[in-house]
Amino acid sequence: MKKALVVFIAVLFILPVALFAGGAKEQGAAASGGAEKFKVAFIYIGLPGDLGWTFEQDQGRKMIEEQLGDKVETTFVENVPEGPDASRIIRQYAQKGYNMIFATSFGYMDPMVEVAAEFPNVYFEHCSGYKTADNMATYFGRMYQARYLSGLVAGKAIGQGESIGYVAAFPIPEVVRGINAFTIGVRKVNPTATVKVVWTNTWYDPVKEREAAVALLDSGVKLIAQHQDTTEPQKAAQERGLVSVGYDSDMGKFVGDSVLVSPKWHWGSYFVKTVQDAINGTWKTHSYWGGLKDGVVQLSDFSPKVSQEVKDLVGAEQKKIIDGSWDVFWGPVKGQDGKVVVADGSKMADGDMLGMNFLVEGVVGSLGN
Amino acid sequence: MRLVFEKRNSVSKKAIILVPVVSFLVSLILTGILLIIFRTNPFVTYASMFVGAFGSWINFTETLVKAIPLMLTGIGVGLAFRLRFWNIGAEGQLVFGGVAATWVALFWSNFLPPFLVLPTAILMGIIAGALWAGIPAFLKVYLKVDETLVSLMLNYVAILTAQGLYYGAWIDPNGMGFPGTKLFPKAAWLPRFSGRAHVGLFIAILLGLVMWVVLNRTKWGFEVKMSGHNPRAARVMGVNIGKTIITAILVSGAFSGMAGAFEVTAISHRLQQGLAIGYGYTAIIVAWMAQLNPIASLFVAVLMAGLLVGGDQVQMMMGLPAAMGIVLQGMILFPMLAGSLFTDYRLKIITKSTKEEAV
Repeated sequence: MKKALVVFIAVLFILPVALFAGGAKEQGAAASGGAEKFKVAFIYIGLPGDLGWTFEQDQGRKMIEEQLGDKVETTFVENVPEGPDASRIIRQYAQKGYNMIFATSFGYMDPMVEVAAEFPNVYFEHCSGYKTADNMATYFGRMYQARYLSGLVAGKAIGQGESIGYVAAFPIPEVVRGINAFTIGVRKVNPTATVKVVWTNTWYDPVKEREAAVALLDSGVKLIAQHQDTTEPQKAAQERGLVSVGYDSDMGKFVGDSVLVSPKWHWGSYFVKTVQDAINGTWKTHSYWGGLKDGVVQLSDFSPKVSQEVKDLVGAEQKKIIDGSWDVFWGPVKGQDGKVVVADGSKMADGDMLGMNFLVEGVVGSLGN
Repeated sequence: MRLVFEKRNSVSKKAIILVPVVSFLVSLILTGILLIIFRTNPFVTYASMFVGAFGSWINFTETLVKAIPLMLTGIGVGLAFRLRFWNIGAEGQLVFGGVAATWVALFWSNFLPPFLVLPTAILMGIIAGALWAGIPAFLKVYLKVDETLVSLMLNYVAILTAQGLYYGAWIDPNGMGFPGTKLFPKAAWLPRFSGRAHVGLFIAILLGLVMWVVLNRTKWGFEVKMSGHNPRAARVMGVNIGKTIITAILVSGAFSGMAGAFEVTAISHRLQQGLAIGYGYTAIIVAWMAQLNPIASLFVAVLMAGLLVGGDQVQMMMGLPAAMGIVLQGMILFPMLAGSLFTDYRLKIITKSTKEEAV
């Protein structure tokens, strides 16, 4: 009995030693030749496998590796909660000699400001916030432009005066802007349609996202749109035989033709440029807010379910936005109560858009919880 | 052939030391096998976990940041468990303590002299934690309601109450709609002594020592022990068990409430998401691993915190998925907890012909 036990323990010990030769080699390869490389770290709120928000950030990271090749080394950490824990993770990368750190969610802003002050020689890039420092920039995109275009598609896909469900994360300006732009698009082609909003108070929670979509579907909405990190709301709509509008990535690829179109992100070009600037020493702090014109926000390919007529309409509107002859929040824009917020002939300033805290006419829901 | 557990008549000194060491080795081996499956060198991984948690002073301060709430909640939960009062509610008590401290920091600062803001905030956190723990205690003593369920359910009530506040009534008007209260005034910040490690550490250590003395050298401590170990004998000796339970659970909740007050005043400086991240549940593991001993809880809390902080490295440096960090933590704890079974019991293999003892 005792002998058997000794053998068992010996095997447990020897097995790892015998097997890890393969693993060790890989580790060695990753570590070698790293001295000269520009090291970039990404902090993710969810998983690259969410097929949405983090997936697209990670596509951008991969593009850095593809385009800058040997000059850079990138890594990422996933599932980092917003709040005090984030500052530990960001600080650890700064300490380990990473040259540039991307924090890819709004709630990392204050922790990043805190760490950026401690490491003046490290470049910090924060997505979707509003605080910057000499060594901390912020980057984001005018997603509202693509949202508006997707609203046109959605408004055409439902009957006159029917309602759309919108699964939304937090009542912060970024999300509010998206809801409003989408609704403006919907009502342009379907003037009596409404958009019902449900807040999940989370960016990434597949279960909650699905539950919110199901609740909306139960209330009789005919189409699902969303501002979340995963494809769950799209799947919930598809299971009911209904169509949806995606977000973040080309969700039609992952879910199916029921996703009519998706406003999506394309970070790679911006990432490559800002990393290259840092390598060259020409990096300066900035607040990047690119739009359809710059390609950082895009509209995905259409599902076969979308008619040529709708595609042509979207194409015409997209052209106007890209050439600058019109934009989504140009007056007249009416608030939920019907009062004019942006007068006819005036344009909403970037600053007002970045702090948007009202809902437009046609949205059912409120900013309070 | 059959396997039976037989309670050991006496626990040998050797077993007390040997069992944890062997369990730790077993957990390293099991985890090592898993790491190899993921084509990662276990030795490098362990080394990077250790370095991440204890390798430098700065890393160690981050481990302490997590250890402080674990110490306090671990001591508090341990006290309740001595009475066989299954307080699963440390998480909610911690959150409620944080809410009460926030209330003081946000709304009393204008009325109180600055030097009183912080002590009042922490005191209110302690009281709130105690009261929150008091609910299951009173229900148990006077109405015989099961405390496990009540204390567990109250966690959700506390967490959702806190959310209701920082999403709604207490939301920072300049926070662009993002959930969270505004920053506390500086008068309500608990001082940090290095990195983010704060003076709560010294208070926690002091309270751990005090608790040990109280439990082992006072009448009340004796009554707690008696009431938990042998309630009938305690009653015969004239101990008022109900009163003992209520006082002990109020103290238990006070520890967690203080942990919550420290978290908001020293770490986040506001009430926001990220307060309820499981300290109150990890406290249960801390209390058991420390065998309900408050001084041992201090050390176990540092180890557990090291495991949590070191777990980050698995992702950051070894490039393993986030879930692996959590799996590793579980794989390391499991044999440790299973091991404690063997300190108190022996495994017997009974065959038809012979009766042979194993291990």
